[in-house]
This record gives sequence, structure tokens and C-alpha cells, in this order.
Amino acid sequence: MATVENLPSAGTERPIGFGRLKRKEDARFIRGKGTYLDDIRLPGMVHGAILRSPYAHARIVSIDTSRALAHPNVAAVVTAKDLETLGLAWMPTISYDTQAVLAGDKVRFQGQEVAFVIATDEYSANDALQLIDVEYEPLPAIVNARKALDPDAPLIRDDKVGQRDNLASPTWEAGEREATDRAFAEADTVVTRDIIYPRCHPAPLETCGIIADFDPETGQLDIYNGNQAPHAHRTVYAHVAGLAEHMIRIRCSDIGGGFGNKVPVYPGYVCAIAGSIVAGVPVKWVENRSENLMSTGFARDYVMHAEMCAKDGKITGLRVDVIADHGAFDSTAQPTKFPAGFFHIVCGSYDLEAAHVQVKAVYTNKAPGGVAYRCSFRITEAVYLVERMVDALALELKADPIELRMRSFIGPEQFPYETTTGWTYDSGNYAETMRVAMEIAGYEELRREQAEKRARGELMGIGVSFFTEGVGAGPRKHMDILGLAMNDGADLRVHPSGKAVVSISAQTQGQGHETTFAQIVAEELGIPPEDVEVRHGDTDRSPYGLGTYGSRSTPVSGAAVAVVSRKVRDKARLIAATMLETRPEDLAWEKGRWYVKGDPEKGAMIEEIAARAYSGEQMPEGMEGGLDAQVIYDPPNLTYPYGAYIAVVDIDPDTAHVTVRRFIAVDDCGVRINPMIVDGQIHGGLAEGIGIALMEVITFDEEGNCLNSSFMDYLIPTALECPDYELGETVTPCPHHPLGAKGVGESPNVGSPPAIVNAVIDALHETHGVDHIDMPCTPARVWAAMQGRPEPPQ
Amino acid sequence: MQTPAAFEYERATSVDGAIASLQRLGPEARIIAGGHSLLPMMKLRLANPAHLIDINDLEELSYIRVDGDEIRIGALTRHVELLKSELLAENLPVFRDAETVIADPVVRNRGTIGGSLCQADAAEDLSAVCSAVKARAVIRGAGGERVVGMDDFHVGPFQTAVGDGELLTEVRIPLRPGAGSAHEKVERRAGDWAIAAASAAVWLDGGTIADAGIALSAVGLTTIHLTRAEELLRGKAPSDDLFAQAGAIASEDCSPTADGRGPVDYKRHLAGVLTARALTRATARAQEARS
Amino acid sequence: MNVTISINGEKVTRDVEPRQLLVHFIRDTPGLTGTHWGCDTSNCGACVVQMDGEPVKSCTILAVMCEGHEIRTVESLEVDGRLDPVQLGFHETHALQCGFCTPGMLMTARALLDENPDPTDQEIRTAISGAICRCTGYKNIVAAVRWAADYEAAAKQEV
Repeated sequence: MATVENLPSAGTERPIGFGRLKRKEDARFIRGKGTYLDDIRLPGMVHGAILRSPYAHARIVSIDTSRALAHPNVAAVVTAKDLETLGLAWMPTISYDTQAVLAGDKVRFQGQEVAFVIATDEYSANDALQLIDVEYEPLPAIVNARKALDPDAPLIRDDKVGQRDNLASPTWEAGEREATDRAFAEADTVVTRDIIYPRCHPAPLETCGIIADFDPETGQLDIYNGNQAPHAHRTVYAHVAGLAEHMIRIRCSDIGGGFGNKVPVYPGYVCAIAGSIVAGVPVKWVENRSENLMSTGFARDYVMHAEMCAKDGKITGLRVDVIADHGAFDSTAQPTKFPAGFFHIVCGSYDLEAAHVQVKAVYTNKAPGGVAYRCSFRITEAVYLVERMVDALALELKADPIELRMRSFIGPEQFPYETTTGWTYDSGNYAETMRVAMEIAGYEELRREQAEKRARGELMGIGVSFFTEGVGAGPRKHMDILGLAMNDGADLRVHPSGKAVVSISAQTQGQGHETTFAQIVAEELGIPPEDVEVRHGDTDRSPYGLGTYGSRSTPVSGAAVAVVSRKVRDKARLIAATMLETRPEDLAWEKGRWYVKGDPEKGAMIEEIAARAYSGEQMPEGMEGGLDAQVIYDPPNLTYPYGAYIAVVDIDPDTAHVTVRRFIAVDDCGVRINPMIVDGQIHGGLAEGIGIALMEVITFDEEGNCLNSSFMDYLIPTALECPDYELGETVTPCPHHPLGAKGVGESPNVGSPPAIVNAVIDALHETHGVDHIDMPCTPARVWAAMQGRPEPPQ
Repeated sequence: MQTPAAFEYERATSVDGAIASLQRLGPEARIIAGGHSLLPMMKLRLANPAHLIDINDLEELSYIRVDGDEIRIGALTRHVELLKSELLAENLPVFRDAETVIADPVVRNRGTIGGSLCQADAAEDLSAVCSAVKARAVIRGAGGERVVGMDDFHVGPFQTAVGDGELLTEVRIPLRPGAGSAHEKVERRAGDWAIAAASAAVWLDGGTIADAGIALSAVGLTTIHLTRAEELLRGKAPSDDLFAQAGAIASEDCSPTADGRGPVDYKRHLAGVLTARALTRATARAQEARS
Repeated sequence: MNVTISINGEKVTRDVEPRQLLVHFIRDTPGLTGTHWGCDTSNCGACVVQMDGEPVKSCTILAVMCEGHEIRTVESLEVDGRLDPVQLGFHETHALQCGFCTPGMLMTARALLDENPDPTDQEIRTAISGAICRCTGYKNIVAAVRWAADYEAAAKQEV
């Protein structure tokens, strides 16, 4: 069995605790021995495939499955009618809406699930899809969120009693309207912009899939599924399918990327489970890439109108109006009380007098979703908006964009800082982080280079963004998802040999949990990380929690692991006192060892304490044997990582092709457990931000046909589009987190798109008068902006 | 993953054998070489041939060589071989320019020049390259061989002069003195189809352009051969202004459609810009070669 | 039809339909699920293996086309418990996160170094431009290949 010990060390010190530690999980992945969903084969397993609607909006007149059923390798064809008898034709969504599992009356987006075929093998299942005859009566489709509430817009959700229009969620407000009006009235400068954050898609490299294995003898439902919140899924299935929750076991083995795409419960999952319950054999369903892009949880699609005001060169107020396009079913995933997620953090990093936000959500004939792709619950949208507006203001004031930010930042002495929209930022020293970024970038030198190039007709842009985001949802007094507290558990057991197992609620999809959580235990207890096994992904063997998304692993699960380790350490102290025949208060701790304060030679190592805990020797008064502890961690607040990003772009003046020449990212995510992993998270998010800014978009034609349903048209950056990122750091610990850590996974996606768009505009403003452009900044769109005809994306 | 419909498969052991199979099996049979155009279409069920005839064993169709006053390239020659060929890089650098930006390095290990030309996607870079260098296609059928110029080869979108029962076997490119050539492409991302691309070849005689070949990818239903721009250049001395005029003709004479890669006006604009750039680089290379 | 393919030096014989893709033939072979797939249109590179020493997209090759050719998958990199330098490099520089693109990247990197033992960063980026990674942003992958190249150069000097 391969372990990390088989791999030669670089010769550097292997940290026990925090530090640059190479990953334990690499051993299987570099050998091609990971176990992803499609790698799992069970005896008797059959394959499902989904027939999907070619129309964006149509009545279903009839479905004829007879030709498919006649196929020798087809076991069953399931339609809405069949699911109705099981009460599964519709399922609840995280946003308290309902979503069709299989369409019965109507299809409401292109790619919607219409029938589920079960066959002996994947090829036959795909063949059988061609043999199902569906008659549709096409209806007019709505794909433009701005038009969804027009009086003559076709009604999409006629399945909902009392639904008269395409409003998915009524207007949600945050901030102070009157105070904001006052700020604007007193301002000396106001800028206005219409800003779109187009629909894009997390597109993890591994698509979604499931194996459902129901044992009719025992009533046990085993599910294999790459999903980011296995316990929550288990609860949903119990609720939706009327199954006993304690008889459902979900196992997530290795997941090939999540990025929020693997949070929702998809119709394909429900179909596979229903199929297995009815047929009594394991049913595997794995979607293809077109299905992934056309039907699974997309990201963003916010149509925003914003005004920002300033007085005496400082930003004072912000007003934002948003139409959120939720697609055909409202299945956005965010805490219950926040239908627009955390969008109202849109006041950003600035000491505003007031801000006011309103968001209303509409239905359109597009795939459902919206909260995904490392968005931190809509903070990507919020930061994009505010950072674009700050740059718009800088243009108006003819101010340097960094200076305007510096003047308007929340000052370090103002923390903890309560924003005008109700957030309490924990800690920060923004100006310092901004300065580090400027230094790495050589900002002054870049401006000189820009001026020289401009004189020669070359177009170069420098774009800045500064973000504060909130992660680690969240305190039970403030938030829940589907009524479930957003708390995470941790179980730590130290075995007699001193080796340990820590079971966590978080669910890695590549973030390195098997290493970093072992490092937390190592830091707290002094047990080497290779002797700490991190267990996760099996609902039978890990504590209840809400999973990994919203960068919550370190802030919540990481905190839980720190707290449970300290509980074990405290128990160890009591046992050590008995071993050393002294009082607990006479002992001091150094990593891995309790020792007598007056006599440091006299001590007990954690391994010795563990052996003692299980031995027949006397235990402290009132204490049970063993050395373990359990915790459920309720974070007292979110944590607020922040960063300063600078992008340098070159634009070909004739072809309008944009190249990101340099990208400087200085992140402050508090204490870093493993700086190598932190950097890796940032690199990955920056690539995604480049993709979003320059090429990733899901668009539709007027009939609702999805135009980006394969990787030929949903373009993801390759190594040739990504520069050699230049990273820096500042460390401002989180005051309320046990480790002082904040979390970082989504920060790069939050901060990078506005930096790049700001850079593009910076390149084109003086020479071409461009003062706004929407993403993606493809050559065609940039060229149109240069001609004075910027077009919004669809 | 999406998977193809069922079909029958055979491996050709000779060129004549492949042709005989094509004849025997009729239009429901397709040749497969690199397969990187055909198989993706089959997976998406956009193409459903009943028979595939695999010609990958026909090594006799894989070569790049000089034959008299021509360079001859076997139809089965892979993109990677065209990219690496020093013979081509010296004489017809437009090939290396284009291959650097065709698909990606892994796809280039399999895709072939024959496959690309016969796929006849208007966005195929090699189609424009071959047009610009005045290539001719050798098509073999049961009745023998015929040689066809690129204008006649490209009949329409996804349609070529290769008929049922025929096989493209070779591409022949004339070697003439004073040559320089270049390919320019703009794409949304590395490996993508061109938004627009221009291939240009010039043959200099003294200080003037004796002959020119200019063709565009991705801005028409098929490869656009800019005969009007070629006429403008013949007999003239190269200059930025001349090439700008050629670019203007390129913008006018192409017929792009709007799609995800760009609207019509941008594509016309690119056609002009890239034509001028390709001509400038082709000419510089021709002048360098002579000095 | 019956087909025999040499995979990692061993002959694998199976009766398959002509339409079976090489990636599925490989993944149906016990112990060889290291080769992945991630798209329908030959773009993502998760399926890259080596055919006669060259990286190819196994999702765009029919199994039946591979008789008479040598297929090499990620599982062949480790020999007698010794990891290939590209594998060591990926571990050393944190060039993988979820691991899904890793086998394709490793096979591409191995082929690159076999042909070009001292590639520039740009040459490395070009070589891997046929494969998508969503996790790493590519910087550490480039560093990994560089590390492996330096490792092999040093090993050669010692000999």
C-alpha cells in the first residue's frame, strides 16, 4: 500500500503542524489509483441515461417508450408518470421551490430531463435514448432576465398554484435606503453603470454521477456520489423519498472537482435511486459533458444597475438594483434567510456612509441554479460590482484607482467593522496588503511602461481589485440551509499506539483535506501528520455537517478539528497528571508533550498518554478510558479574508485579442495551515477568473437553444492563457477562529475577474473612450467596445 | 460520455483495397484516418456511417518529399509531422505557422492533412494554406487518378470534390523561386477554431510580386480564395499600403456569418487585418530567403 | 469483434463492438481506471494515454484501431515500486489537487521529456495545452515538469 513515506522527501524539514507539507493524498492520484465515481463497478450494476428536451419551453403532448423498451439491453424506461406513483416526479429545492425530476406537463429549459432509461451498459443506454419518441408543442421561450417580467412574457411556472408571472423570489432588500439617499444627495460625484455578470459554469473536470444501490432484503440504500455535502444530501433523500435516514449511506470517494457544481441534488440522482429501489440492483448514472453544461448548477447571471457616490474624493454611498436569473426552477443554494446569498456584502472594503441593495429573482427558460463556481454565496457578483464601480468612479474623478481605494478603505483601527448592510468584518489591514501588491507588481514602473507604450500605439492595461469576502457559514443564530444548522463536527480518536483518526464533516474535492486536517491535529497535539488519518465522505463514518463550499472547510471544519484536538489535549493533561503523580495545573504543554513546569525533564509524550488511556492502569477520578473527543462547532461569525489583486493585460490594437501578461495576487487569509496548499488554491481560482473574464460564458439564442453546451464552445483556459502568477501574502489572524485562519478557496474567483476587466478598460479608456465592458472580454466583444459599440452579453 | 451508433469496421491493407471497399459499401461508408473530426461527430450522432474503413495502416500515404519541382505530401501525413518538417519550414513556412495553431499538440499527433482537407470545415486552417500555396489534390478512384486545384476541391461547406468511391491520396505544392508564405489566425483561446485566419504566399521576382496566393478560413461557407486581391498584387512592388488594399478586398470579398466566435463586422475586419499581416510576413520571408 | 491490444506491455484480448472507444476499453481492463474522461468533444485531455510513445486522446480512438500498437497508461509509470520522475515532480511541486487531470498530464509530460529533455516553460505550456486543469491554474504543473527535467538531467550526470 503506497504511503507518502514511499516518496522521497526533498530533504527539507517535514513540519509537524503548520507548514509546507507535501500532500498525503498524492500517493494514489499520481499512480492513477484514485477512485472516482465512474471507476466504481458493482456486481449486477446497470446504467442509466437521461433523455433531455431539445426545446426551451414546450408542452409534452406524448411520450412513446415502446421502441426503447423493445431494445434487448434495456431494462426499463422511466417517465414522470412512473415517478408520480412514487411521489417523486417533483422534488423540493434548497430554495424552497420545487423542481421537476422528470418533465410531465411541460419542459421548461433546453436539456431538461424527460425520461430515464436503464440498460445493461452505457452504450446501449445511449442508443435507447434515440428510440424514445416525444411529441412536443413548442411554446415561446424567455431567456432574457430583463424581459421575464414583461406583461406579455410566457408564464413558465404554471405548475405553481397562484403563480401569475415569472417572479421567482420577491425583492429582497438590505442596507439603509434613506441614509443612502442622503449620501447621494450630499455627494459631489455620482457614477452609474449597468453591469452584467454573465452566466458561466463551474465545469469541474469530472462530471456529476451517482451509483444507487438499494438492498430490498435489508432496506439499506447505499449511494456512491461525488457531492460536496453528503450528510445534507442524505437528509434530503430521506425527506424526499420517504426513506429511513439511518438506512441511507452515502459514500463520496474521490471527487474530480466540485466548485459548487456538486452541491445540488440533481434529477439524475433521484432517478437512479428510484430505479434501484424498484429494480433491486445497483443503478449507475453518469452525465456527459453536454448534460453537465446544459442542465447542472450554473453560476452567476446577475443583471445589475448600480450607482456610486463620492464626496471630497472618498467613496460614500452605493445603490444596487439586481435582477437575478435563476433559470426555470429556483434551486440556488444559500442560507435560508438570504435569497440573494451574501450579495449584500457589496459595500466591499470601503467605509461607506450608506448602501442600499435590492435583488429580485426571475424565472427564465434556462437551466436552474445560480449559486456555484466558487462564488461564496454571490460574493463574486458583489465584489465584481463594487470593484467595477470604484474604477468607474476613479475615471470620473480622474483619480488613480489605487489611491481612490486607499482613501476609502476601512482603516485597521476600525475593526471589528460593522458594514452598513449588516456584516461584521473581523480583522484587516487593507492598505498594507494593497502596498504589498503594488510592490510586487512594480506599480509605478508599470504606469511608466504604459505611458511609453501608449505613445507608440500599443495598448496595455493595469487593473486593480481589492476584495473583502465572508466565508465559513455560519453561526446557527444567523443562518441555516433547509433548516439545518451550518455547523460541522469533528471526532478525534487517538489509538493506544498514539496514532489517530479524525473524522470530519467537510468533503474534499481536491482541497487537500487529508493533509491539512492532519496538520491541524499535528499542530495541536504533536502527533505527526502521517500518523493522523483523516476520514471523510462516508456518512456512516463521519459526523454530521453541511459540507464543503463557500470556503467553509478551514473556518468551520478546521475550527472543529482544532477544538476537538484541544479537548483531547485537555484530557491528556488530566491523564498525564495521574501518570506523573502531580496536579494538572502543574503541567505545561510543548508540542506533543505535557511536562512538569518546575522539572521539564519529567513529562509524558502524547503516545505514552494514549497507551496509558487504554491500559489497565488507574485513570483520573471520574474519567472514562480512551483518548478521544467529539465536537460540533458553531462558528461565532463568518471570517473575512481579503486581498489585493493587480492584472496587467496587453491588447492587440487591431485584432482586440487580450492577453493577461501578469497577475499579482496578495491574499490575507489569516493564519495559513499549509502555504503550499493555499497558493495552489489561489492559482486555480485565478485561472478560473481569467476564464470568466475572457472566455467562459453560457449563452442562448432567442429560442432558448443553449449555445455553449460542449467544451468546443464553453472555453476553459489552457496553460497558454494563464500567466506565471505572482503571489504575496499578508497575515492578519482571525480573532475568533481557534487557529486564526480564515479560508481562501474562493478568494481568487472573487477578486480576479474585476481586476482583469478593469485592466481591459484601463488599456482602452484614453485611446478609445471605453468606460465599461461586460464579460467575457473576447476579441469580438473588445473590438466592439473599441468601436464605441459595447454590447451586453445575452 | 456520448457514444457513437453501431457500425461495421474494416482495416484497409492497400489504397486500392480501401477504394474497392468504398465502392462496394457505397455512401454509407466513411474513411477514418486520425478520426478527430469524424469520431466527435459520430459521438454527437451528427454522423452515423454504417461502415468505417480504417486507413491508418497505409504507411505508403504518409510522406513529405520533394518530387521534381513539387513538394508532395501524402494524405495520411499527421499534423505533427507537418509541424516538425524542416523541408516545409524552409520552403513553405506557412505550414509551420498554421500547424502551431491547429487544434492542440495531442490532437496533432493523430489528425491528418487528408482528414482536415476532406472534412472541409470552412474554418480549417490547412484548407486556406493549401489554397494560398496553389496546392493540387490527387484523388484516386477505381478508374484511376485525377488532380484537382483547391478551388475545385472545395465545393461547399463540408463538401469536397472527392466523390463516392474515391480517396484523397496526395497534396502537391509547386516549388517556385522567390517564395515566402505565412499564416495568421485569431482565436478565442488556444486550440479553438479560427474566428478568422489568413494564409498568404508571395513569389517575388526582383522587386515585384510575380504571383500571390491568398485564402481565408472561417469567414465563408468554405475557404475563401481572394482572387481579386491576388490580381491587385501581381506585378506590383510590395508595400504596407498595397497590403492594406489587399486587406480591404479581403474584408469585402469574404462572407462570414455571425456565431459565438464573433459578429459579421468583426470577422470582416479581422479578414482585412490578418490578410495584410500575412502578406507582410510572407514578403519579409521571401526577401530574407533571397538575401 | 475480437481485438488484442498491448497495454503497458501486456496483451489484452477482448470481444468488443467496433464502436468501443479506446478509453472505455482501457477502463474496462481490471486495474486500469487511472485513465479518465471529461468531455464529449476531444477537448479536455483527461483521457490522454500514449500510443507508440506519443500522447493521444483515447476518447477519440477506437479500440479496434489499436491492434498492433503499444498503449501506455499512467499505471505504467511506476516500475518495481519506483515512481517516474514526472510523478515525483508532481508530488514535489503540488501539481495536483483533485487528481482528475493528473494521469493525462503525467503521460503528456513523460512524452515531452522523452522527446525534449530540457523544455522551456513555454514549451511545457504548449505541450500541456491539449489538457484542461480546473484546480491548479497550471503554474505548479509547469514547475513539476521543470523539476522532473532537472532531476533527470542530474541523474544522467551522475551516471
